[in-house]
Amino acid sequence: MKKKNTNLTRREFIKDLFHKLLLLLLGSFVVSRFFKSAAAGYVWQIDPKKCVKCGRCATACVLTPSAVKCVHAFEICGYCNLCFGYFQPGALRLTADAENQLCPTGALQRRFVEDPFFEYTINEALCIGCGKCVKGCNLFGNGSLYLQVRHDRCKHCNECSIARVCAGRAFVRTPARKATFKNA
Amino acid sequence: MRKFRLLVLILVLAAPGWPAVATAAEERFPAPEFETQYEIPTPAHPHPRQDFFEYLDIAVLLAALGLAAFFAIKKRSRLGLFSLTFFSILYFGFFRHGCICPVGALQNVIFSFSGDYLLPLGVILFFALPLLFALFFGRVFCASVCPLGALQEAVIYKPIRLPQPIKHVLGLIPYLYLGLAVLFASTGSGFVICRFDPFVGFYRLSATPFMLLLGLGLLLTGIFIARPYCRFFCPYGVLLGIFSFFAKKHLSITPKECIHCRLCENACPVDAINPPSPRLYKTSKAQQIKHFGIFLAFVPLILATSGFGFSRLTDVLARQDRMVSLAERIHQEETNVATGNTLDSDAFRQEQTRVEDLYRQAARIRHKFYIGLWVFGLFFGLVISLKIIVLMQRPGRTDYTPDRFHCISCGRCMEYCPVQSDGSVTET
Ligand code: SF4
Ligand code: SF4
Ligand code: SF4
Ligand code: SF4
Repeated sequence: MKKKNTNLTRREFIKDLFHKLLLLLLGSFVVSRFFKSAAAGYVWQIDPKKCVKCGRCATACVLTPSAVKCVHAFEICGYCNLCFGYFQPGALRLTADAENQLCPTGALQRRFVEDPFFEYTINEALCIGCGKCVKGCNLFGNGSLYLQVRHDRCKHCNECSIARVCAGRAFVRTPARKATFKNA
Repeated sequence: MRKFRLLVLILVLAAPGWPAVATAAEERFPAPEFETQYEIPTPAHPHPRQDFFEYLDIAVLLAALGLAAFFAIKKRSRLGLFSLTFFSILYFGFFRHGCICPVGALQNVIFSFSGDYLLPLGVILFFALPLLFALFFGRVFCASVCPLGALQEAVIYKPIRLPQPIKHVLGLIPYLYLGLAVLFASTGSGFVICRFDPFVGFYRLSATPFMLLLGLGLLLTGIFIARPYCRFFCPYGVLLGIFSFFAKKHLSITPKECIHCRLCENACPVDAINPPSPRLYKTSKAQQIKHFGIFLAFVPLILATSGFGFSRLTDVLARQDRMVSLAERIHQEETNVATGNTLDSDAFRQEQTRVEDLYRQAARIRHKFYIGLWVFGLFFGLVISLKIIVLMQRPGRTDYTPDRFHCISCGRCMEYCPVQSDGSVTET
């Protein structure tokens, strides 16, 4: 009987030792990380300079349609009549007929402002983030159209499924508080 | 006028809080000077969730863990634990959409040691709090807080007991999964746990067909083999198990003394109840010590074989890294082994990084994989050895007790015990 008792206490003692050891380990981990922690979380953002408009944004997101949409920086738009993001190359007439449009869903909308300028806006509900218009605009136009993760739609996956396959490796984990890229 | 507009543009873009704008823009066409009252619109930039929610998440996690510990240990209420499960499905699952969960946070933790990625405070706590609770109260996180576990908990209907050998072999998978996740996170190659999270798709209400099938398959399996992901895959469960093993307090099946009625024997859905050890063993104590000694002599051999074996996987696994596979592709293209370019190799050439730099980076990552796989192999060898040593032990248990490593503190067994808290026994 006596022997069993000492046996038990030895076990208890070892258990207690490991308990304290693990507590110490966890504690020192938290403390050491705490002083180098970021206050807010991260979001995924596309660096437009690196994006090659590969089209995977439309297909790789865990959401359908994708959380990536085309965004228009009106500030640098030329308001061109012949918009390279809007029209198919070699479109016969510069009208809003579907066969002239580059966008497969008609999400890029064209509106006459004043002669000779046209305003182009994106209907996000229709945009699937395929980047066809972005490609056209960047190749021949001012590059005012760009793809970006829309944070109201994005689920903020711990590992973004698009980032994993993005041809330009353009996805960056960005601190949520300053989701921005400085103008180079 | 144009100069001014450009200046404004630069100022606006450089202002913090302003999301990315295509900066590679070339002004091929001058900005128009409007004669009408047209105002240039600014695109809307929706903000992600407010910081407030991150603090709320932490508070809710803490409260849920506390409540689970209370139900499991103090109140001994299976009903309480079960209700909390549904709350977790709703809050951590459907409201919070799963990410970042403690299981996945494991990878962020590893990743933060290797790169210049700073761990957000929320992630530190999501990783550490369940472990802390496990160290004091057992795996109460698994009982009713984990959104992955909760979904599986809800479908358990007729759990069967797996044969012991199968259970032990399948039980090794989480260690492999843990090793793999750490390897990929530490080389910066990706987060495997998140990539193959079978349940998060339900919470996002959107998943690829493959992940949907995997998730449904696991849930269907879970009707009969309780908590298949938790027991045979979850890498975080390994850590929780270790912490729970050394817990200060732990859920107990009986409120007083076990009367060996054996009513609880089949109550556990995850087969985590240890019966009392047999009184008599076939081998004598001396023989047992001898066997133990012989086995110990083999341990270095097991470690070396395992380490070496794993290191042979370097090429296969390193290729899963994007930079390594890109470097291989570029090399094949440069040496005309492969014809044509891929979208990725085109993109790389546009970047105008030197090919040598890419090769060097890929070699560095491959080397990390090599070292990592040796460590992984040694770790796995150690796990196997320890498992065998534990199986050789004579634990000297006198009562029916939960296996502290594998018990998920679900509280089912408590309902089977006829002993009351005042020590009386109800007849059944
Ligand atoms: S983080 Fe998830 S939801 Fe957001 S863009 Fe990437 S894959 Fe889509
Ligand atoms: S996946 Fe990357 S390169 Fe392709 S369109 Fe999206 S951001 Fe651009
Ligand atoms: S074992 Fe893993 S998946 Fe299951 S409840 Fe615990 S932490 Fe969640
Ligand atoms: S609480 Fe009881 S029934 Fe539930 S896992 Fe633990 S030992 Fe099994």
